[in-house]
Amino acid sequence: MITKENVQRSTSNAQRPTPDIEPKLRVVFVGHVDHGKSTLIGRILHDTGSLPEGKIEEIKKACAAEGMEFEFAFLLDALLEEQKQNVTIDTTEIPFRTARRRYAIIDAPGHNEFLKNMITGASRADAAILVIGADEGVREQSRRHAYLLSMLGIKQVVVVVNKMDLADYSETRFREIEQDYRKFLQQLGLNALTFIPASAKQGENVARASMKMKWYCAASALEALDLLETQKRDVDLPLRFCVQDVYRFDGRRIIAGRIETGTLRMGDELIFSPANKSSVVATIERWPHVILSEVEGSSGTSSTATQRDSSTSLGIIAIAGDSIGITLSEQIFVERGYVASHQNETPIETNRFHADLFWITREPLRVGHFYDLRLATQQVKCQIVSIEQVINSATLETKSDQRERLERNEIGKLTIQTRSPLVIDNYDRVPNLGRFVIVDDGKICGGGTIFGGVYTDRTVAKSKNIFWTEEKITARERALRTGHRGAVIWLTGLSGAGKSTIAQSLERDLFHRGMHTYVLDGDNIRHGLTSNLGFSPDDRMENIRRVSEVAKLMADAGTVVITAFISPYRMDRRRAREIALEGNAEFIEVFVDAPLEVCEARDPKNLYKKARAGEIREFTGIDAPYEAPDDPEIVVHTDKQTVDESLATILEQLLPRLRDYGADD
Amino acid sequence: MTELTRTHLDTLENQSLFIFREAYHAFKNIAMPWSMGKDSSLLIWLARKAFFGRVPFPVLHIDTTYEFPEMLEFREWATTYHNLNLIVKINREARARGIGYETHDPVTVTHELKTVALQQALAEYKWDALITGIRRDEDPTRAKERYFSPRNAQFEWDYKDQPPEFWSQFVTTAAKGEHVRVQPLLDWTEVDVWLYIQRENIPIPKMYFARNGKRFRSLGCSPITHPIESNASTIDEIIAELEATKTTERAGRAQDHYERNAMQKLRAKGFL
Repeated sequence: MITKENVQRSTSNAQRPTPDIEPKLRVVFVGHVDHGKSTLIGRILHDTGSLPEGKIEEIKKACAAEGMEFEFAFLLDALLEEQKQNVTIDTTEIPFRTARRRYAIIDAPGHNEFLKNMITGASRADAAILVIGADEGVREQSRRHAYLLSMLGIKQVVVVVNKMDLADYSETRFREIEQDYRKFLQQLGLNALTFIPASAKQGENVARASMKMKWYCAASALEALDLLETQKRDVDLPLRFCVQDVYRFDGRRIIAGRIETGTLRMGDELIFSPANKSSVVATIERWPHVILSEVEGSSGTSSTATQRDSSTSLGIIAIAGDSIGITLSEQIFVERGYVASHQNETPIETNRFHADLFWITREPLRVGHFYDLRLATQQVKCQIVSIEQVINSATLETKSDQRERLERNEIGKLTIQTRSPLVIDNYDRVPNLGRFVIVDDGKICGGGTIFGGVYTDRTVAKSKNIFWTEEKITARERALRTGHRGAVIWLTGLSGAGKSTIAQSLERDLFHRGMHTYVLDGDNIRHGLTSNLGFSPDDRMENIRRVSEVAKLMADAGTVVITAFISPYRMDRRRAREIALEGNAEFIEVFVDAPLEVCEARDPKNLYKKARAGEIREFTGIDAPYEAPDDPEIVVHTDKQTVDESLATILEQLLPRLRDYGADD
Repeated sequence: MTELTRTHLDTLENQSLFIFREAYHAFKNIAMPWSMGKDSSLLIWLARKAFFGRVPFPVLHIDTTYEFPEMLEFREWATTYHNLNLIVKINREARARGIGYETHDPVTVTHELKTVALQQALAEYKWDALITGIRRDEDPTRAKERYFSPRNAQFEWDYKDQPPEFWSQFVTTAAKGEHVRVQPLLDWTEVDVWLYIQRENIPIPKMYFARNGKRFRSLGCSPITHPIESNASTIDEIIAELEATKTTERAGRAQDHYERNAMQKLRAKGFL
């Protein structure tokens, strides 16, 4: 038998000090292109002795072969293409250490088109070094990157004013840049700890204090790094345990996931949202339960099982960052996406919220379009309801011009609606549950942070463990799901006034906004529901009554119903309104107005001609009256307005009414 | 409150487990290439942690037919020990054509016997995700990797246009014929790996430990993998050695250094 001959396990039961306890700080280097990020990193690696042997020689040789001058930046820009183009394409991560601690450097590209790579790099960082070239000063990307750092939640920022050698090591120049940029950072809530005048190329104020800038006596770049903190406040926040999966192994049901924030202990009562059922943590699962100190039978010693000392506490308590599995004492339904919290600190559950969003894909974000939204382990379909503002991240100017799109590299303030309830927190309360990405066709297109959500007290329904009402579903509940209330939009007007055209374009527009909508007109009513009716006054009355009843039911079901009938009699329309109101549906009468001559001239179906010729009897406007509305909610004049103009008139008055259902109550 | 602090290794472990579970949820059909080396062994260990003792998908050994005999013995032992579903793949067609280190350069052989063999296995088993043990600190091209890194149908890595990855959100779909490389060890360094192997007492091949003044720092095909001068016979000694050295981990792997940018070329064509 082949056994332990080729297997080695450490035999000493480590009594050595644990070097791995030392925390590592991840620092992202950002800034405008060509301001010298890669050079600064190369210099730091060189000055801390962190380069592999022969690396400098290797690159110097390569430079000589291509007839280029050696630059520190080449140490990082290791890919062939990058050396050719002289720009950093993607993020890299490089370890180095100072006397104080270990670091991982994240180098992020400065080019606008590589913003997604900068975000990828920066999102992993504990702190940031913002590099500004003293020759060019604060540029567009210097500001844009700072804005993104604030959105990504990175609060510790050190500003290195690089290339001081190109500015004659001038204090005036340095102070000028410092003053300008500090003001900008403060507006973002980023409080830069230090501004450092430096020259990465010459090694001034990087690892050693500069003799050329004696007017500056604060920390060098490395000293400033050593002063930063490893951010770890997640454990002090409310518990958010996000379920990744539920495993059924060995007949046990293990709920696996990561504790994003807070702490979880055996015996804790957890609330699982969005269902809001509660159960108690029976065990915190872990493999292996014990560690064998030897491979069985190897080295001639018997196997001894010893309890792991360093992590036994994991069996009782788990904290932010831990990937764990738990079992519950009472079996409740839980699946991926559920968030467990403690009873008195539950997250928000909603399907509509406000967010700041940055967009990083060529294809713009569109209002009304459906996207996937991912927040922690939740994934839901969502729709952009509206873009309230667009922020220029380089100037912080905001524009509220009712945009329908957000272009690449823009940041917008939006309202988002999800199809099913989402468990969220405000970004400033629990960052990990207050940020999300928008996914289109499997690709991450943007990221957002959530603001202004309202926390509700759920302890009231404690005894039932169910917070959803068990009564009949109300119109408001339906509206909360769809983002609009049900309504009857009653178009009235002469034949040829343009009711059908307007009904169709109105429906198309509302549909595009994600609303549930439907048109009732002669085409789909007369052939079925009212096929036994003619055009006598009595039959017309009955026809309109049936349409009114159907419209009421559909509106009650949450649909925006658009009816397109001549409906010439005031009394019939008044009754349609009463029927709708009985069903608590909004009723909006729209008078599609055009003079008879105009309608007759249009005569799209040749009906006027036939009526004049006597082939059709009791035709409205010819030999039957049309009673114009006295006080309609909306009037459009199709003889003076185009279809689009008419539509705009209707939408302007209609949309606020449809959206007014108390979503924010 | 020591119970409320986590070490650097705990943080790495937690992140790796998270990625394993995300991958297992996102992809129906997963495999994990396994070279039996230290990183591979760590990967198996972390998979068992993520899934509470089991590896719930097959492990794939690309057998170049130039394996060290000790490694094959370890493969047999570990398959039983970890209760693995092992698939062994050899590019027999290339061997039949006479591709081998005796007659060809290492870049060609590595491509044929490793990358093409992997392509053949993918075509046969139609995996939509592969879990790999690559780390950022191994090589500059690996430093630019994502945790979830898509590969197109031609197996190519488009390192110039990689998907964004932030806030623990990844590319979790693969189009038909494409696959995603899932890389849970990306953040680990060589020293981290050794510290963790020591802490967890993970079984690894003995070839990593010095015998007669030599040991292997990185393991690959026997004709092109060379031991380093070393007397490190325990993990403590290996770590001490690594903290002192300035040569790169893969210095003993000939295919990386055969020509300038060899590693980048190999990787763009689908090498792990």
